[in-house]
Amino acid sequence: MQKRLAFLVAAVSASFIGHAQANELTGTLKKIKDSGSITVGHRESSIPFSYLDDAQKPIGYAMDLCWKVVDAVKKELKLPNLAVKLNPVTSQTRIPLITNGTVDIECGSTTNSKERQKQVAFGVSTYVTSVRMLTKADSGVKTLDDLNGKAVVTTTGTTSDRYIKQNEKGHNIDVKNVYGKDHAESFLMVESGRAVAFVMDDVLLAGLIANSKSPKDFMIAGPALSVEPYGIMIRKDDPQFKKLVDDTLIGLMKSGEVEKIYNKWFTQPIPPKNINLNLPMSPQLKEAIKNPNDNGV
Amino acid sequence: MSQYQWDWLVIFENVTDTDEFYYQWLISGLGWTLLIALSAWVIALILGTIIGTARTLPNKFVAGIATAYVELFRNIPLIVQLFMWFFVLPEMVPTNIGNWMKQDMPHPGIITSIIGLGLFTAARVAEQIRTGILALPRGQKNAGLALGLTLAQTYRHVLLPMAFRVVIPPLTSEFMSIFKNSAVAYSITATELFFQMKQITGDYKPANQIEVVTIVGLIYILVAFSANRIMTFIERRVQVPGYISGGK
Repeated sequence: MQKRLAFLVAAVSASFIGHAQANELTGTLKKIKDSGSITVGHRESSIPFSYLDDAQKPIGYAMDLCWKVVDAVKKELKLPNLAVKLNPVTSQTRIPLITNGTVDIECGSTTNSKERQKQVAFGVSTYVTSVRMLTKADSGVKTLDDLNGKAVVTTTGTTSDRYIKQNEKGHNIDVKNVYGKDHAESFLMVESGRAVAFVMDDVLLAGLIANSKSPKDFMIAGPALSVEPYGIMIRKDDPQFKKLVDDTLIGLMKSGEVEKIYNKWFTQPIPPKNINLNLPMSPQLKEAIKNPNDNGV
Repeated sequence: MSQYQWDWLVIFENVTDTDEFYYQWLISGLGWTLLIALSAWVIALILGTIIGTARTLPNKFVAGIATAYVELFRNIPLIVQLFMWFFVLPEMVPTNIGNWMKQDMPHPGIITSIIGLGLFTAARVAEQIRTGILALPRGQKNAGLALGLTLAQTYRHVLLPMAFRVVIPPLTSEFMSIFKNSAVAYSITATELFFQMKQITGDYKPANQIEVVTIVGLIYILVAFSANRIMTFIERRVQVPGYISGGK
């Protein structure tokens, strides 16, 4: 067995050395070149990052960025007619589909975490989500201290309540934690006055406000209780493809184009219902664009 | 995907980023489940007996109201009833009462669940009590009245004691159901057992969610089965020798 293995290694490295050139393709780029196609993983309802429009075509902020990467791949491989396959993924399937080779690049709303970096790699962060508070515009809630003695709602099965619990300790405040069974019900708790604030990812809160009967009655308030970077997900240990993805994204960041794409999805009306999320860039995202990085949390 | 690695000890692990353990959440949830179900059962039994009895009374008006109650509460899904008590009622009462219900009432989710589940189950208990009374031979009522008892005394001393014995088996099912139905209380913020399962298997997830769901299922089985045993015990203790129920 060992001898055969040694022979195999020798044969493989011999062939490798024989062909080794500066532009030798490896990893995902080689796979794309060999198969003549790239498979893009997308979400179905992750608004406004990656979701299906009326024609069942994936659109969104992350999709726009991914199309730029696909263009760069076409240019790099000199394959203007490269076939692009679209493959829907969910939060449960996205990592296995990347690692088993079904999907080459995942464009959604995936948190770049250290835990996930053991299995996959991420391009430089393209969005930074922060956990904040949704409250009525006239509630007067500005900081965590204003929540003392009040009911604060989070959605069952999310971890936002732990940020409140963690922050309670330092601030000497006492909050009543209540739980909605889904985001819509948590929002209803604030709307009907059962809770003074709803703690959740800012982009989800912005979507709920935009979809409500009168968006001007609500606002997103308070400091960021937790910050998580989102990134485009690719396979691990694939330096060529990783460099291409990063170079493309950093290029967009340096040229200011990423800001235009951001505004298209976050501060202007978007399909399918032409709602406007009204979510300007956070200081954390501005920082991530100024100093592109792929640090996980 | 690789083979699933079972780990039944997962509930003894720390909840990520806290100093609590998953099993503590389950125990706390079980406590609320028992409190909600047992309190609701008290309401259901008392109110159900009154309404079920009322449906058999000669007074058409009283019987009609009781029938209307049963039809109303039996024909609306429980989750809708709880939603209405929790979210709709406070908007329909005067503002200061509504605000009290929303902001100052202690444990609003738990109390609303107890009342909502109790009123829902009362309609079902009422039907069983009614059929229990109707199942008795008509001669029993007539005999009671002929002995000079008033109608109320006839019900109290003759009809209801026998009717209860007759309906213990269906009441047992109802008693077991109330524990399982109490899981719906999670939808109006009660932090009972099913809520804790949802909470644990959401973003807090330990690596092994299937075990948590299975363990919660086993706890429900244990609770419902205990309820069954308690009712069987009562059935044996109160049996009238030679009569329909428990006569083995």
